[in-house]
This record gives sequence, structure tokens and C-alpha cells, in this order.
Amino acid sequence: MSTLKVQNLSVYIEDKPILNDFSLEIPYGEVHAIMGPNGSGKSTLSKALAAHPNYDIRNGTAELDGHNLIDMEPDEISRAGLFLAFQYPIEVPGVTIANFIRAAIQARMEESKLFKAVDYYKKLYQKMDDLGIDRKFTARSLNDGFSGGEKKRCEILQMAMLDPKFCILDETDSGLDIDALRVVSAGVNSMRSSNRGFLVITHYQRLLDYIVPDKVHVMWEGKIVRSGDKDLASELESKGYDWIKEELAA
Amino acid sequence: MIKTNPIEVDREKGNFHYNTDYEFDAGIGLSEDVVRYISGVKKEDSWLQDFRLKALQTFEKKRLPTHWATNDLENIDFDVIRYYLSKGQMPSRTWEEVPDDVKSTFERLGIPEQERKFLAGVEAQFDSEAAYSRMKDDLTEKGVIFVGSTEGLKDHPEIFKKWFGKVIPTSDNKFSALNSAVFSGGSFIYVPPGVKLEQPLQAYFRINAENFGQFERTLIIADEGAEITYMEGCTAPKFETSTLHSAVVELVALRGAKIQYVTVQNWSNNVFNLVTKRAMAHEESEVRWIDCNIGSRLTMKYPGVILRGRKARGEVLSIALANDGQHQDTGAKMVHAADETTSNVIAKSVSIGEGRSTYRGLVQMPGHLKHCKNNTECDALLINSDSQTDTYPAITVQGEDHSVQHEASVSKVSAEQIFYMQQRGLSESDAMSMCVNGFVNDLIREFPMEYSVELKRLIDLEMEGSVG
Repeated sequence: MSTLKVQNLSVYIEDKPILNDFSLEIPYGEVHAIMGPNGSGKSTLSKALAAHPNYDIRNGTAELDGHNLIDMEPDEISRAGLFLAFQYPIEVPGVTIANFIRAAIQARMEESKLFKAVDYYKKLYQKMDDLGIDRKFTARSLNDGFSGGEKKRCEILQMAMLDPKFCILDETDSGLDIDALRVVSAGVNSMRSSNRGFLVITHYQRLLDYIVPDKVHVMWEGKIVRSGDKDLASELESKGYDWIKEELAA
Repeated sequence: MIKTNPIEVDREKGNFHYNTDYEFDAGIGLSEDVVRYISGVKKEDSWLQDFRLKALQTFEKKRLPTHWATNDLENIDFDVIRYYLSKGQMPSRTWEEVPDDVKSTFERLGIPEQERKFLAGVEAQFDSEAAYSRMKDDLTEKGVIFVGSTEGLKDHPEIFKKWFGKVIPTSDNKFSALNSAVFSGGSFIYVPPGVKLEQPLQAYFRINAENFGQFERTLIIADEGAEITYMEGCTAPKFETSTLHSAVVELVALRGAKIQYVTVQNWSNNVFNLVTKRAMAHEESEVRWIDCNIGSRLTMKYPGVILRGRKARGEVLSIALANDGQHQDTGAKMVHAADETTSNVIAKSVSIGEGRSTYRGLVQMPGHLKHCKNNTECDALLINSDSQTDTYPAITVQGEDHSVQHEASVSKVSAEQIFYMQQRGLSESDAMSMCVNGFVNDLIREFPMEYSVELKRLIDLEMEGSVG
């Protein structure tokens, strides 16, 4: 059984096809990486699965843990267990991190259940300490005026607090220095478990030294053109994407 | 989102109506006879009747301010409004004595409950007159007066007459003249020197009858070193026809006094809310208007402070929410009339759907004064592409010695923000509501706690219907 199963997905932006007959299956407990040059459709995949309104899904299916994601609202998809760590997290002035994560957790709770604020803050502070985020950040407005590294840590913090079934990390390594990369990767690794799946989207092999994937896929013009184990990432790093392009042309 | 709300008030809450028999009814339309009738019911002295009749002439002479304000004002039909309705009894001192139909209304609005929880005194006005008025006994012993305007005039004419109409002259504008002609109800408050009220006094204004115009008149005097917080709330049922609410509120802060005046305006969308509010701030006194406008069809209200004593301080904190079919035309007036006076205006408006919010600010600092300061910030948030906002600041500063700061901003809730928040599991309307609450948050923190909770709740409810 798989957490995420995508079949024959075609996605358009303003009538331009970006994903073309795309298929991918990620079983529980596995971490898959997607690599590929700019414009190959990696971010489109993540946004389309999260039901961003600008991405038009014209064909195919996407299932998460038995839920049909097509035609679900973005918040329903989130509550069904899909978490997307954004490449560019959005600034929301005036909404504090603590209140935002709290609201997100409450959105998942049954009406009858009582929110336990003490337990919540205990967990929040623990995760913040793990990720090297100053506790004062609870009162900061969400992503507002954060550095690139702070934004990415904040994404992983939200992911850790919401306990999703499936996580997509969209270029989480971009804009991170080596120390931040270590901390963020450790945060992700600590969440790896037999009942959670991960899709890691990245340009560089560097991130995959820290978050070691079970499988690596190479994306090209809206499709997966090659799959392999973690060694494929190293091969790409040394040979570049042109190698794949040439093979495809042949 | 915010689930803990001690005060349950929402936009629909006031939308109910019990049939009521009135003992006194001035009939439909406005005339000298109507003014004489009102004055007669109240058994007023002749000076006051003359004052009213003169005000009526002023009202008739003055034009609607449509050369600068919205043409929607022309839709007010002064000939179909009922100007006075009452049961003809003095306000009760206990809720038991309040007639059942009126009592049920206020119970449904939660007023007796709030009184028990956190208020030092309550006045509850039903159409033209107060049905209930009571203050804690220890305040009476300290010499605090908290009654309706009719009682105030009768029992305390020496204080009332001294300040009545002195902060806002009859001829200030067409609607202050109308109020001066037909006013009834409102609060009269006097706080003796050095007396500091720890809990707020509250007035609640309820329009019950259709086509009824409410014209309360409030006068608050804080004597030297006195401190008071006054809060007012208001609701009306949703009628098909439009209704007029036109109050005049005058505040006098004597040397070293502090007055905080909080309004949560939640009229139904058929109410024209045209209110004149102004304070006179003497030496080293502080006046703060906290003004929240959520309801009404059209609100025009610019609370002002005349800073006439050295080191006086005036402040307006204003929040306006304009939804479909609403125009919130609000702002502030700060008239510096003494040295070293300071004023601060922070106005935030949110326009939702086809709602429109307008900020009008006036700051005056004449050249002969020294070391005056003003800070004005007005921020607008637009929710939809049809939402509208406009800003008209009028700042007149003469002389070298003053400091004036004006900042304005307009922002829009973006689709990317909503998507991001939805990706974490919040519904679209919860996400909107969080953005709006985030926008007004730093201002709401300044409010008395009981009101900030109510206001957040009201904002959440407003946003629920705004996403489609």
C-alpha cells in the first residue's frame, strides 16, 4: 500500500502543459527524491498536488492514503495529511507563529475535543529547541521579515507540529548555509518513520547526503525519465543533467 | 479560531424584534409641533424648548454635506421618520421593574449579564428613553452621577447647563442641529475631582421600532484628576426601510482628568449612523476615543479632541469594517489649541466584498503655539478586488516648532497568503479571518479586554460570509 499514488497526471498553467502524463508511487516509510533542471516541472508537481488554484489538472489521478486529491480543496488536502514545505514561504503580517500553528492544529481536531494549551506549548518549545529556533519566535509574525534560513526552519517546525502522513519538501535546501542544512535535515530525519512518506525536491545532491533517499527520480519536461537508488544523485552531480538529455536524444 | 468568548455578540444577534406598545409617540415626520411634543413629554423648561426650536431652524437651513460626503445621504427621508417613542416611565433601577418586552430584549443582548461581570454601571436605552439605569452604590456615595440626559437636566441643571452644547455647537453640522432639536436619552455623567472609576460605565442603545430615529445626547464631565472609561454598544433589527441614528456626544476633561470612550457600533445594515463626537481637553488631561464601526449602511463619524489646555493629550484609535452594502466614513479631528499638546491617531480599515471605507482626518496646529505633536497612521486592508478604500487627510500646521507625522498604507490579502494558510489546514474563511485579525491585532491590544474579545469574534463572523 502506498501513501501517495500519482497516475498519468497532466497539469497546465494558463493552457501551457507543464506536467505531462506524470506517474509516481511512494510507499509508506520511503523517502523519494526528485531532481531535475530548472523548468522541468518539479515545483509544479508540488503545487498541483496541494491544489494551488493557478494549476489546472486536466488529466490523471492523485491519491493520498486512499483520498482522491483531485477536486479537493487545499485545506481538505492538508487535513487529509499532505504537508508541503514551500520553496518560498509566504509572509503573513500580524499572525504569530504560535497562533497560526495552533489554529492549524485546531482545524484538525474534532469539535468535542479540548485544546490543551500547556501540552501544545511544551511540544512547540521542544521542536523549536530541536530546530535551533529562538523561543521568542512564537510571537513573531509568520515569516514576516525572516531570513531565508529562518523561513525554512519555520516550515519544518510546522511540519513537525502537524504530524502529516506525507511531506513534500520543495527545495528546502535553497538559501540554507551548511549549519542550517544540518539542523533542518536532522529535523526531517527524526520524522522518518514506517508510516510516513516523503518527497524531497532538490537541485543538488548535497541535501541528499543528509536526507538519504530510498529512491531518486530524474524529471525532465514534465515526466520522470529515470529512476534509481541514491547513487543516481551522485552520478547526476558529477555528470550534470546534459548526460541525461543526451541519452534521451539518442 | 478564537473559541473562548465571554461575550456572545454577533451581527445577527440584534436582528430580532418584539412588538411594543408606546405611551408617547410623536408621530411621523418632523415639525415644530413634534419638537414641542417631545419637550412637553419631558416637561422641559422654556429655555430648552426654545433651544430645540432654534436648532430645528438651523437644521432646516443647513444643506446636506454632499459637496464632500456621499450622495447616499440624499436617500434619508426625514418625513417618514418617527422622532420620539417611549413608554413614558422613568428608567428603572432594577431589571425586575423593566417592562417585560423591553427586559427580554436586553436579556437576549446579554446586558444584565455583562453588568454583573465587569461593569460599574449600566444604562439601557430602548428607542427614545432609557429603560434601565443603575450604578454601583459606592460610586453614588462618592458623588458620581450617571443618569439619562432627561434626568440629568432635571436633577443636575447647574452642571448640565454649564457644559451642554459647549463642545459641539448646534450649528456644527446639519445632524448636530437635528439632534439638538429632537434629542432624547443618552448619558449624563459627572465624575467629581480625584474620583477614579476602576470599572467602566456602559450604555447600550437599542432601536426597536421600524422607521424610528434615535437621537441620544451624551455629556460626560470628568472633573480635575478624575478618571472614567465609558463604553457604548448598539444594535437594531434589520428592517426593510432605512433608519437614522444621529447622536451628539460631548466630553469635557478638566485639568488632569482622563476619559476613555469606547464604541462598538454594530447597527444593522439599514441604519444611517451620523454621529458627532467631540471632547474638550483641559490642561494635562487625556481623552482617548476607541471607535469600532462594524455595522450600519453608512457611518459618518470623526471623533475629535480640542486640546485647549497645555500638555493635553488626545487620541483616536479607530477600526472600521465595511462589508457589502456598507460605507464606513470615519476618522478623527485633532484641534491643537494650547502649547505642548499631543495627539495620536491610529485608524485601520478593512474593506470586504463591495464594501467601502473612507478615512478623513483633520489636524490643526496654529503658528502661535509651541511644541505640539501629532502622529497619524492610517492603514487600509482590501479583501476583494471590488473592495474600495479612500483617504482624505487635512493637516494644517503653521509655525516652526511642531512635529507632525503621517503614515498611510494600503494592502491586500493575497491569494498566495490564503493558499499558504489553507495548505496548513485552515479553511478559506478562517484564513481570511486570521489575516484580518492579524491586521488589526496591534490596535485591538489597546482595547479593554472585554471588548477586544468581542471584537475579534465579530470580525470572525463578518469574514465567514465574505468568501464565495
